[in-house]
Amino acid sequence: MAELVSLLQNLSNGLLIGGVYAMIGVGLTLIFGVMRTINFAHGDFVVMGMYTAFVFNMILGWDPYFSLLVALPAGFLMGVLLERVVLAPIVDKPHETSLLATLGISLIIGNALLLIFGGESKSVHVDYASMALSLGEVKISVILLIAGGVTALVIGGLYLLLHYTEFGRSIRATAENRLGAELVGINTRRIQGAVFGLGMMLAMTAGVALIPLLFATPTATGPILTLKAFVVIVLGGLGRVGAAVAGGLVLGMVEVMGAAYIASAYRDAYGLLFFLIILLFKPEGLFGRSVKRV
Amino acid sequence: MMSQPILTVAHVDLGYGSLKVVFDFSLQVAEGELVGLVGGNGSGKSTVLRAISGMIRPWSGQILFDGKEVSGAKPHQMAMRGLAHVPMGRQLFPNMSVHENLMLGAYLPEARARREESLAQVHELFPDLAKYARSPAGELSGGQQQMVAIARALMLRPKMLIMDEPSLGLSPILVKEVMASIRRVSQTGLPILLVEQNVKQVLAVSDRAYVLENGKQVLDGPSRDLEGDPMIKKAYLGL
Repeated sequence: MAELVSLLQNLSNGLLIGGVYAMIGVGLTLIFGVMRTINFAHGDFVVMGMYTAFVFNMILGWDPYFSLLVALPAGFLMGVLLERVVLAPIVDKPHETSLLATLGISLIIGNALLLIFGGESKSVHVDYASMALSLGEVKISVILLIAGGVTALVIGGLYLLLHYTEFGRSIRATAENRLGAELVGINTRRIQGAVFGLGMMLAMTAGVALIPLLFATPTATGPILTLKAFVVIVLGGLGRVGAAVAGGLVLGMVEVMGAAYIASAYRDAYGLLFFLIILLFKPEGLFGRSVKRV
Repeated sequence: MMSQPILTVAHVDLGYGSLKVVFDFSLQVAEGELVGLVGGNGSGKSTVLRAISGMIRPWSGQILFDGKEVSGAKPHQMAMRGLAHVPMGRQLFPNMSVHENLMLGAYLPEARARREESLAQVHELFPDLAKYARSPAGELSGGQQQMVAIARALMLRPKMLIMDEPSLGLSPILVKEVMASIRRVSQTGLPILLVEQNVKQVLAVSDRAYVLENGKQVLDGPSRDLEGDPMIKKAYLGL
């Protein structure tokens, strides 16, 4: 009985943390789908979300989730701006050019945060940090529950946007066939900017959701999260939103289960090990289809 | 006597990087005409199309569409001006349904406003499309995909249609079917520029044609005359 309870406990924790990974991965996969480049600054965008929550909490005493009001629009606008200033001018250059450019953005964000806030790890303490909801004997942390709720809302909203609006349809069209999209009259450069904005917004939202759970350390946390996001999208199957959600949930689950049943010190390693195994046996990703060309 | 041309290409030189592939080429398409542009592999005909639809910029010369200079406009801007392009390889959205592909054809505001009307017209021209409406475009056969590509272009309610190698990769029966559907579209009064390697088929359906060889125009005239031309017979029709 106690074992069942702890299994359910771990399952729910894995699912909730996996949801946040999913939110990070979805942004990365959207950007990859439309721009065909891996955004190496993605984890740093998450860290920027964490610092946004931290700053507003420190100065104005805001609850971290309240700072979503700032993080959502700011993330979108900064993403659009970054794309316009850094990535749009090199859009016709070979892929490695934009890859290196995003690596540059990552270095600048990490070091700017280091310069402003110092190298010390930051987190935000909330009064409800230790509160938990009891479902029978299974206890679900309120913070995780909020993080999971935010994730579900954001990903649900994104799904509706992509599938039920003209704008979303034009994003999917651009991801599926850029030339085809251009020929029906879609301004694919503008879509590219908007998608980078959306990706950054999702990443910063994830950062806000994570700050009561994780420490943010400039230049260190970002690359780890980029790596995780990369694992999430390749695990699921590159370039598809649904696959990234599934990949995120799987990664969260593997990490939590490994930490609970093997040894908690190697938490980050389980995900990577699992990733390696999947790549060996199913290189197109768990839920990937082989790429279809028309 | 030709009516006002919808498209005029005047003395363009075209190329990539430092390589010139089309030399001093001129072409006109009048309202309601179905014009062929034919030539062998590498003759430069697709390059001409790319210049017209804004994928590349002419090195020199002029392109006028609907009475306005368009050299240097981007593809999506050409779509906005009313030029629909059925590209080589069709360039559909493979994981989206046929219906969604057609809806995207009417992405621009003016076309969107009359989307239902266009959809009905397109279904009248291609009755089979309704059967596949829910299937992902990537799962259709090559011939069906070509119909979707033409239908998607028509959803724009264009002033003119240009088509790049619609018969490429299709079986002879399907080529006939596609050509017949192009003829049907042309009979609605829409001017069409049809670029093809399949010279015989193009001369059979078009009103006039231009022949490109190594980037230079070697012949042009009414398709019926070209069909009888000894040089065409020898080089392209294998007679």
